[in-house]
Amino acid sequence: MNRTVLNWIGTAELRAHPGRILLTASAIAIGVGLGFAVHLVNASALNEFSRGVQAVNGDADLQVHSVTPRGFDENLYPKLARVAGIADASPVIELAAQSGDVPITLLGIDFFRAATVTPVLLGRLALNSSAADSLSGTDGLSPDSIFLSRTALAALHKGTGDRIEVESGGKHALLEIAGTLPGVSGDENLAVADIAAAQWRLGTQGFIQRVDLKLADGADLGRVRAGVQSVLSPDAEIVTRQNAETRAGTLSRAYRINLDMLALMALLTGAFLAYSAQALSVARRHGQFALMRVLGMRRQSVLTEVLFEGAAIGIAGGAAGVFLGWGLAAAALRLLGGDLGGGYFSGTRPELVFDPAAAVRFFVLGLFCAVAGSVLPARAAARAEPAIAIKQVGDPADPRKRPGAVLPLVLLLAGGAAALAPPINDLPLFGYLSIALLLAGGIAAMPLIARVLLAPFRALRLPAPVDLALKHLWGAPGQAAIALCGMVASTSLMIAMAVMIWSFRNSVDAWLVQVLPSDIYLRVDSGDGDALTLEAQQRLREIRGIAEIRFRKNMPLWLSPERPAVDWMATQMNGHDPSGILPLIGKTVAVPAGAIPVWISEPAHWIYGYTPGQWISVPLAVQKRGQARKFFIAGEWRDYGRQQGAIAMDLGDYTALTGDQLRTDAAIDLAPGADEARVMADVRAALPPATSRNVTIADSRAIRAVSLRIFDRSFAVTYLLEGIAILVGLAGVAATFSSQTLARSKEFGMLRHVGVMRRQIIAMLAAEGALLGIVGVAAGIGLGLAISQVLIQVINPQSFHWTMDIRLPLPLFVFVAVALIAASAGTALIAGRKAVSRESILAVREDW
Amino acid sequence: MMDRMVAPGPDIKPLLCVRGLRKTVPGGRVLFTGLELAVARGEFVAIMGESGAGKSTLLNLIAGLDAADAGEISIQGHAVEKLDDDGRTELRRRTLGCVFQAFHLLPHLNLAQNVALPLALQDSAGSAALEKAGRMLADVGLQDRDHDYPRDLSGGELQRVAIARALVHGPSIILADEPTGNLDPETAERILELFSSRVRRSGASVVLVTHSPIAAAVAGRKYLLRTSGLIAA
Repeated sequence: MNRTVLNWIGTAELRAHPGRILLTASAIAIGVGLGFAVHLVNASALNEFSRGVQAVNGDADLQVHSVTPRGFDENLYPKLARVAGIADASPVIELAAQSGDVPITLLGIDFFRAATVTPVLLGRLALNSSAADSLSGTDGLSPDSIFLSRTALAALHKGTGDRIEVESGGKHALLEIAGTLPGVSGDENLAVADIAAAQWRLGTQGFIQRVDLKLADGADLGRVRAGVQSVLSPDAEIVTRQNAETRAGTLSRAYRINLDMLALMALLTGAFLAYSAQALSVARRHGQFALMRVLGMRRQSVLTEVLFEGAAIGIAGGAAGVFLGWGLAAAALRLLGGDLGGGYFSGTRPELVFDPAAAVRFFVLGLFCAVAGSVLPARAAARAEPAIAIKQVGDPADPRKRPGAVLPLVLLLAGGAAALAPPINDLPLFGYLSIALLLAGGIAAMPLIARVLLAPFRALRLPAPVDLALKHLWGAPGQAAIALCGMVASTSLMIAMAVMIWSFRNSVDAWLVQVLPSDIYLRVDSGDGDALTLEAQQRLREIRGIAEIRFRKNMPLWLSPERPAVDWMATQMNGHDPSGILPLIGKTVAVPAGAIPVWISEPAHWIYGYTPGQWISVPLAVQKRGQARKFFIAGEWRDYGRQQGAIAMDLGDYTALTGDQLRTDAAIDLAPGADEARVMADVRAALPPATSRNVTIADSRAIRAVSLRIFDRSFAVTYLLEGIAILVGLAGVAATFSSQTLARSKEFGMLRHVGVMRRQIIAMLAAEGALLGIVGVAAGIGLGLAISQVLIQVINPQSFHWTMDIRLPLPLFVFVAVALIAASAGTALIAGRKAVSRESILAVREDW
Repeated sequence: MMDRMVAPGPDIKPLLCVRGLRKTVPGGRVLFTGLELAVARGEFVAIMGESGAGKSTLLNLIAGLDAADAGEISIQGHAVEKLDDDGRTELRRRTLGCVFQAFHLLPHLNLAQNVALPLALQDSAGSAALEKAGRMLADVGLQDRDHDYPRDLSGGELQRVAIARALVHGPSIILADEPTGNLDPETAERILELFSSRVRRSGASVVLVTHSPIAAAVAGRKYLLRTSGLIAA
């Protein structure tokens, strides 16, 4: 196509309607900006986390890791060192510890082994430390020496040469800071000490948590893995650095992807708005395109012209969106942290990392949306017959024409079918496809829906302006569809999210009531080693005001190197009946004689494919012959608290199997008339001082309130994204009304000529707006309810592995309906006042 | 047959040749059948008829914007019905100029750009096209109005711009559909005079459809459009 013509017509349109172009570009920019911001925040948080993992792991070629925090027998180390293809092996203890209030990951390493396997974990001696003095003699490194990462030094406000008290598993050690860890990057609070000294001082002799392995040059990784696997006990597993990063990534992956998708839904709304704006622009310029065709412009050139305009909008929106996303990401990281309030990377303040490749991807996505939104209008413009189109303006109203039903039906059915498909790589991709298809189908059905919803009004005796409005909408339902598509898209997505969140919140609330039947709860926070000893448990039982206290042991258990640890919960059950403490769902299976029953949480079912009635092997209390213990799954329970999965068993069974008498949690029922605050204070006072500092004690009401607050914080970003999508949709309605009304000024001029009063025309437009609002709200809510079912029945189970009971936020429906209808009528009214303010004579004379 | 013979003047071979044209509208009503017309270079032909007789449809068929049920139309030896959409578009772009009753100027382009459109569509450089458009505007009495917009003009002025646009690229045939239909008699007279003088100077042939005998009077040959075809008036 001739560049001069493209330039003249394209830029003339941009100059003539800068507001409309700006609004459409803004809608694209908001979608791109939100998507890019969420991506940048996620990428920055994961990058930070990856650096943390790398710091702790020391960059070993391969690791053997314990599946429980207790560790595995240290005799595994020499066996691993002898495996063919292993050049060197370095034993490591890895403990959750703390110094004062600062949590620290404490690594005990053999400095000579680590020098070849994980040199980044080696410390640099400070010249002012006594360790440096001792090294000048023949004693080697002092057993009291500890090396700290710069982050840990800063957190402790200490310097080299200072002494710190390190505590882990209830044991204490006073150590001297001998130097720093220059090879450790990131924000990890890391401490490295001599392995033998750490084992001795912190009482973990005989057990280690991992062995770092260095492969021989040219060793075949597959063979080495097989060799390592052959000597492993069930309580140890092979872990690569990727595994460790994947574990953390897995936990937050679904949340991140859902945020990504939500942001992309805002972009989709932008695409619908681009369609709406372009369709209107083309409808208004039908005659102009017809003239160009008469003057010798090819169909293809008309198509190119409209797509060029869409691309211009996309380029502007995409570029602005990338800058907006960068700014939003910086603000979100500062205000909400790396997990955007989701609680997955709490405590981290990642540095914003610009990702040029992602910037280009999101820019192209914005451009694609704007161009995709222009395709149908462009085809309509190119296909119009010039001889007919040159005589008329806009969408020809034909009340006899019945809107098509085939395309919407096909799209809706395809959407329904996609919802039934299984997840791909643990992601509900077909679920999102289903939402997109349902949206497209719903919007394609708008002309038909408009006819169906307007039909009852036709039987009524209506005032002249309202009757005129009704006849206009009835005759041109396509215009109604164009005006409403942005609004219907955003309203339906908002309604769907609102139904899902409301259902989820109610289910969480009901679940909290069920899982918190006692008055007070106690939890030891720091690592597994620090726990309630038998003596501490006895002291707690003796506190006045406590009617009953039930102890529990919680510990992480790694069932797969690729996934985060499940929460293994040994809890007091009334004769193997967990119904009083676990919200059971589905069938409960009779336990075979001699079997040890366990109850799996809903996420454990989805993640590991466990089902009631099944036997599972779990590396808990490894049997003498080195075999994993078998457990029988007796039932399933709903759990919103542990997305990584949880498995519950009877505390008595656990103690009998493991001999472990330490407990991490307690549920306390108060005696009648007992003072809750006093009992809580007595409980804290009864604990050893070290444990007392690590314990959280709260009443069930406070836990419930905090849990719901965390829930609301997690969804805060979601609310924000929804609100923006609605604003984009409403802006689209305003722009569309304004354009449509201005395009009809000839009609208004004629009406004024035949004696219709100005206020009647305004009333007619307000009625049209209100009627359109009713149609839009009804379609938006109906479509939103359908999409909410996909969110609840497909997206949530496939992403987060939980289900929920459906609850409808009816007051919100009413509010949304009233607000949108009022907004539609209001914008139509404002546009109408502007349109009829022009000279009616002039309007009638208008050619276009 | 001979009374319906619509041959070009004594001159040479026709520039536009229509043979046996038949057109019906949806519903089956026959607009015309067996229509014959031949227009030689430089000829000015007027076709009159009542509203709904099919005058505009005949122009649409000649311009390749509509398809006949039967018959042939050839322009400069090219059979219009045998060309595809792009071919017909190319033919219109190079060979035809159009003047409409409702002017049809693009409201967001200035006058020079409106006039220069046919040149721009033929890949002329923008500046050269605008320069020539300016000269054409001056020629129709709108000198120094290049940067005005259609909204600034009266009906007569708008039609002057449309005439300039129809002639700017030197077309062989001008199709004019009621060019004075929207104008008052005095303005219509001035526009007709301008139109015929500029067209004659350009050497283009003209097919003008109108229901106005006054407008038709400027033509060399005049016909009435009937269902049976064209009858000399």
